Amino acid sequence: MSTLNRYEEIVGKNTVDELRMLSGYLEGKVIQHINSTAMGGGVAEILQRIVPLMQELGVNAQWDVIKGNKEFFEVTKAMHNALHGKKVNITSRMWEIFDEVSRENIRDMNLYGDIMFIHDPQPAALIRRKNKMKGSKWIWRCHVDVSLPDKKVWSFLEGFANRYDAAVFSSPHFAHRMKTRQALISPSIDPFSDKNRELSQKEIDTVLAKYKIDPQAKPIVCQISRYDALKDPVGVIKAYKLAKKYVDCQLLLVGNRAADDPETDKVYKQVLEAAGGDPDIHALLVEDIPYEINAFQRVSKVLVQKSIREGFALTVSEALWKAKPVVASAVGGIPLQITHKYSGLLCHSIEGAAFYIKQLLNAPEYAAKLGANGREHIRQNFLLTRHLREHMLLFLSLYHKGDVITFGPPARAKDRA
Amino acid sequence: MKETVTENNEKTFRFCTRLHLKVLTGLRASNIKELLRLIKKVPGSSIYYHTHRFLQQHQYLSPEPPNDFAHWIKSALNEEVLAEKIASIDTIQYGSIRSLRNEIARTIGDYIKENHRIKLRFAAGDKVFHFIKSASLIIPTPYLARDLRDFVEILKKITPNSIYFHMFEARLRLDSETNDFARWLETSLLEGGLAKKIKALDPYTYTMEDLKKKVIEIAEERLNNVNAQ
Repeated sequence: MSTLNRYEEIVGKNTVDELRMLSGYLEGKVIQHINSTAMGGGVAEILQRIVPLMQELGVNAQWDVIKGNKEFFEVTKAMHNALHGKKVNITSRMWEIFDEVSRENIRDMNLYGDIMFIHDPQPAALIRRKNKMKGSKWIWRCHVDVSLPDKKVWSFLEGFANRYDAAVFSSPHFAHRMKTRQALISPSIDPFSDKNRELSQKEIDTVLAKYKIDPQAKPIVCQISRYDALKDPVGVIKAYKLAKKYVDCQLLLVGNRAADDPETDKVYKQVLEAAGGDPDIHALLVEDIPYEINAFQRVSKVLVQKSIREGFALTVSEALWKAKPVVASAVGGIPLQITHKYSGLLCHSIEGAAFYIKQLLNAPEYAAKLGANGREHIRQNFLLTRHLREHMLLFLSLYHKGDVITFGPPARAKDRA
Repeated sequence: MKETVTENNEKTFRFCTRLHLKVLTGLRASNIKELLRLIKKVPGSSIYYHTHRFLQQHQYLSPEPPNDFAHWIKSALNEEVLAEKIASIDTIQYGSIRSLRNEIARTIGDYIKENHRIKLRFAAGDKVFHFIKSASLIIPTPYLARDLRDFVEILKKITPNSIYFHMFEARLRLDSETNDFARWLETSLLEGGLAKKIKALDPYTYTMEDLKKKVIEIAEERLNNVNAQ
């Protein structure tokens, strides 16, 4: 069975038919996605799912990755932190490194799309090739929370962004007064991916045995996130310790190592220090094995996402899709996914997170209701099919002016009654 | 909004769908005066977005769509009375976005005159109101109805987006009291009675799925009567 047919079972045939209809208007166009890593992190994950599905719809979508050395990724990580509002000193040498590697990529990469879809700051400078690709349309997709960016870094990046035909953000809070059109497109999850599909008990047990986790011993509170200061894993440990005074539980922190994130080791060390040898804290630094993440989410009683800044926080969508109660910070794209006290609980502090963790552990029926509402909200708004539809709408809008665009029938369409 | 459906002629009805892309304007308000100023200034597609998006995004949740302005006035400015006044503006009474915008602006303006203290209230940094607009792509579906039977069968297959386009948008687009379904049924199929029943529905008081069911139910009832004759 094709993936699209499987999707019909979840979102309905008419929704998938709508996608088929839209794809007809993109016949003959090549879409080239470009980002900085093929593995690890939310962007690679989205592209791994969305590109094949678009191909299944008959759209010629491709995906390529820029090249960069360790120094380059240290610079882009610093830029990433600065865009999130963290104080970072970007030296003139660092700007030079960014420029040098960008120029190498501009020179060496095979850029061939009618629509160039560039993800995040790392490859943003590729826009310099636009003039040589006549008729091409360029989209810059910003997956980062740029609501309170370091002004110098944002201004540098905006210089590139304004040369694109459109910029895409995940939350209205990230909008700026820009010269280019800014679309709001939330990311999405794929319910059939290893990270989200149903798992057999045997699969779950294998994962639990591998990491020596016993969900029967004490209820599990879990945060799935890279070991990144902006995900505040130390804050999660503090919240867990506050909650544990009243409800006995265990804490599971699970993070992988993204190829473009050199800070992992430093933050992981801080986490181990904060854990202070508590045998109920399991801080796992794992390989990126999606079904293991899936298993951890499924055995948890409460999922936490206590980030200080966020892009969109797909881990929240994943948890809600599994009908789990979630306690998450009201940052980035999280409030788009959680309506407080309806589909989860939004917190603003360590104490708030602790209070809600306690509440959910003590009131399983309330927790189940939040989880069920959360799953329905994800089904309606944050599955890959909605994401795909908005991508195609964005592509089509690039070729037309105005806020209302009327199309004739696509070449492939046939009348049906 | 301008006339966009031109294919529907005397005999056939082409079902269309309208799909929205959310476009960020970069305009934001942190107090009531800024909100009012921008409500008067933003494109009609932004007023449309903030008064209609709930219908599509939370179509399963509630038949009474709150509008974003009312929601923000209540949650960010904590001004419940004004929020209720804005939420209870009867959208269906307004045949155009222009008149709906004027009514929202008038309601806020009048309230400010009588309640000066509201001007002192500011939304916290993470609660500012972001103006978004809709870029809409109107696309014909492959479905073409030639008679009442086709009409009913197609209704069962199309998405809520298509229902939305023909039932809600038509009123704003055509600046009239009718909608696309009622107009075609009345003028092409001479089904005045059926058209009247569909026209009488207040689409804002149904969830999208319930509205679809209701229209199918009314049309099927008429079809059964015709078949029985």
